[in-house]
Parts: sequence; C-alpha cells; structure tokens
Amino acid sequence: MLHTVNKSPFERNTLDSCLTHAKKGSAILLIEDGVYGALKSTPYTDKVKAAMKNVAVYALYPDIEARGMQDRTIDGIKLVDYPGFVDLVAEHATVQAWL
Amino acid sequence: MVSAAGGGTIRSPRVRERLSWGRSAKAFGLARVRDINDTLTLQGELMKFGILVNEGPYTHQASDTAYLFAKAVLEKGHTIHRVFFYHDGVHNSSNNTEPPQDDRHIVNRWTKLAQEHDIDLVVCVAAALRRGIKDNNLAEGFRISGLGQLIETGIQADRLVTFGD
Amino acid sequence: MTETTGGIDMDEDTSGVVKKFLYVNRKAPYGTIYALESLEVVLIAAAFDQDVSLAFLDDGVYQIVKGQHTKPIDVKNFSPTYRALEGYDIEKLYVEKESMEERGLTDKDFLVPVQVVGRAEMADLMEQQDVVLTF
Repeated sequence: MLHTVNKSPFERNTLDSCLTHAKKGSAILLIEDGVYGALKSTPYTDKVKAAMKNVAVYALYPDIEARGMQDRTIDGIKLVDYPGFVDLVAEHATVQAWL
Repeated sequence: MVSAAGGGTIRSPRVRERLSWGRSAKAFGLARVRDINDTLTLQGELMKFGILVNEGPYTHQASDTAYLFAKAVLEKGHTIHRVFFYHDGVHNSSNNTEPPQDDRHIVNRWTKLAQEHDIDLVVCVAAALRRGIKDNNLAEGFRISGLGQLIETGIQADRLVTFGD
Repeated sequence: MTETTGGIDMDEDTSGVVKKFLYVNRKAPYGTIYALESLEVVLIAAAFDQDVSLAFLDDGVYQIVKGQHTKPIDVKNFSPTYRALEGYDIEKLYVEKESMEERGLTDKDFLVPVQVVGRAEMADLMEQQDVVLTF
C-alpha cells in the first residue's frame, strides 16, 4: 500500500498515525505540509528513521522546494516529483490518504 | 515481471527502482538516470486513475496537488476516469472566482484540463447544494451529479487518489 | 435514476465487480463535516453491492458514541444514521482498541455493535483493501 501524509507532524498526528499503521513493505509519501516530516533534527526524525527500516519513505520534492527545506531531508528519504508520485501510485495496489 | 493491465502490482525490483527514481533522478542531477515512461509504455501498464478532491481552491493545497498530479498522470500516458469534488471541493467549480491576476486561476485550470483532455469533472450534488453551487454558477467543464459517481470510479478505476485536508 | 438519487445511473457496467472498500473515519463529529459527509458516501455506496468496511480510529471513535444531543449547538444529530447501516447490509464496523482506550471509552459507549481490533489488526485490515476512502 502507498500511504500519503499531507500535514506537518508539528500540526497534526496524521504522520504518527500513519507510521503506526503502515505495514512492512509498504511506502509512505510525504506531500504538501507533510514534507516537514521528512526533515532531519526534529522531534519526529528518529521515529521516521525507525520506520524506514520497514517502510520506504518518499517526499514530494516540489513541496520541499516550495517551503525552502532543500538539503534538510533525512538521508535515505527518496525525493520524487509529480511523475514519480504517479509511478508510486501505479506501483502500489492501493493508496490511502492520511488526512 | 509486470502483471496484467488493470491494477497489478509491478513486482520486478529493477522496475520498482526505476519507478521510484526515474525522472526525479534526472531532475535532481543524481547519478541514476532512467526513463520510466518507456518502461511503462512498452509493458503496457497504463492505468485508469480516479481523483477525489475534498477541499476548495486556495484555502488548502489539495486542489493544486490534485491538479498537478492529474497533469502528471496524463503526461505519462495514463487516463483519468473521473475527478470527483466533494466537501468544500465543490467550490473548485464556482464560476464566480476572481483570484489576483498574477496567481494561478484554479477553476479555469480545471476547466482547461477537462476541455483539452476530455476529463469528467463531477461535483457532488448534495455537497454542492449545501454550499450554494448549482448549475447556474457552475464553471465550464464541470457537471453536478451524485455520490454514486464516486463509488463507480472506485470500482472502475485502477487507482483512486484522495487529496484533502 | 437521477442525480437526486445519488447519481446511480451506472454509465458503465459495474455489475459483477466486487471490490473491498474501506471507509476510514479519524475525525470527531460536529467540529467538521467530514464524519457526516463520509457517512453519506457509505449510504450511497450500499447500493453498489461492494464489500464495505468502516474503520473508526483516532478521534473517529467519537463519531459513534451514545448520548449525542445536538439541539444546543443547533445542528442535526446524525448519529442515529449509524444504526441504519445494518439495514443496508453494512455490518463490518471496526473500532481501534488503542484509540478507544486512549479516550477512556469501551464498546459499551457505542450506539452500534462494533468489532474492536488492535492497531496491528487494523493495519492488516487496511492493507487488504482495494479502495480506501478517507475524508
């Protein structure tokens, strides 16, 4: 399954909820304000890194760039653009949006 | 190994890798450069996408992300079964919007996409009536219909992606 | 069939296709419209003979508690509608145990029969679905 998270972990618990429900082998794509969850050195970084052992984590680069957060993402988080987003959706049988 | 068109999961690790990096790698000047479009087209894994937009224009990014996603879907050669507007998403169909000239015109953008690519833009009648969207203030390219259209898209499309708050 | 009957005009032949639909409810009622409008989708969906489940987690568990009296806030109390789901053959209602307990609730607090499942089981349920609708 592909999970999308579009809110900042500082604002809402959707990233946390998603991380506790994403099964091993699934993927999480952070979009919109959700890209703040991809950043190094936040209170959420360790949790995201731990999840990355079981789940592939991606972030939508246009949203990172829009927010001036370039070069601050956790190593190992894969950056994708909109075509990459489409591919991720195609690759996984189902998509679940955490709103 | 790609399973039959209609929603199969792409299993080959190499293809999976390509799908993840592909154009993004090129754009960011990273070492790996692959052209995913060829892979997908050659193997015929083209899909029907459904898109659900739950928020109105400007206040939330949902409509923007949905639109940019829809464009990317089409650019990759896939088709869009329907874009369904629900909750405040119905406001994306208002023909009364007058955003500042130096910024994107969200409603017109949807209209243009619908007209250029023959996309079905459906606004939920119940949500629309609650929020004052009716046929007489509906922008070009949109039509008002029932929630059944959303369920139908869920059934008919290979993928249904939701954009909301 | 017209738009007022839910747009069930079946432009395409959906007969025979049965997908697993999961409606994920994570938001509290009344503060926003998502709980109500999500329920409206579920009711329309009943006509399509799909394999429907409803999941209540995080604040979504509050949607189905008993004792909702909405007159003082002057909005329609839509909680009785959850009881109507059974009549539409929608009986798979799952409540996440951790979400329920964190909020000091038990299954006795709910106005409909539900299956209480742990987080891990909820994750499994989600993974099994063909279509997941979140509002």
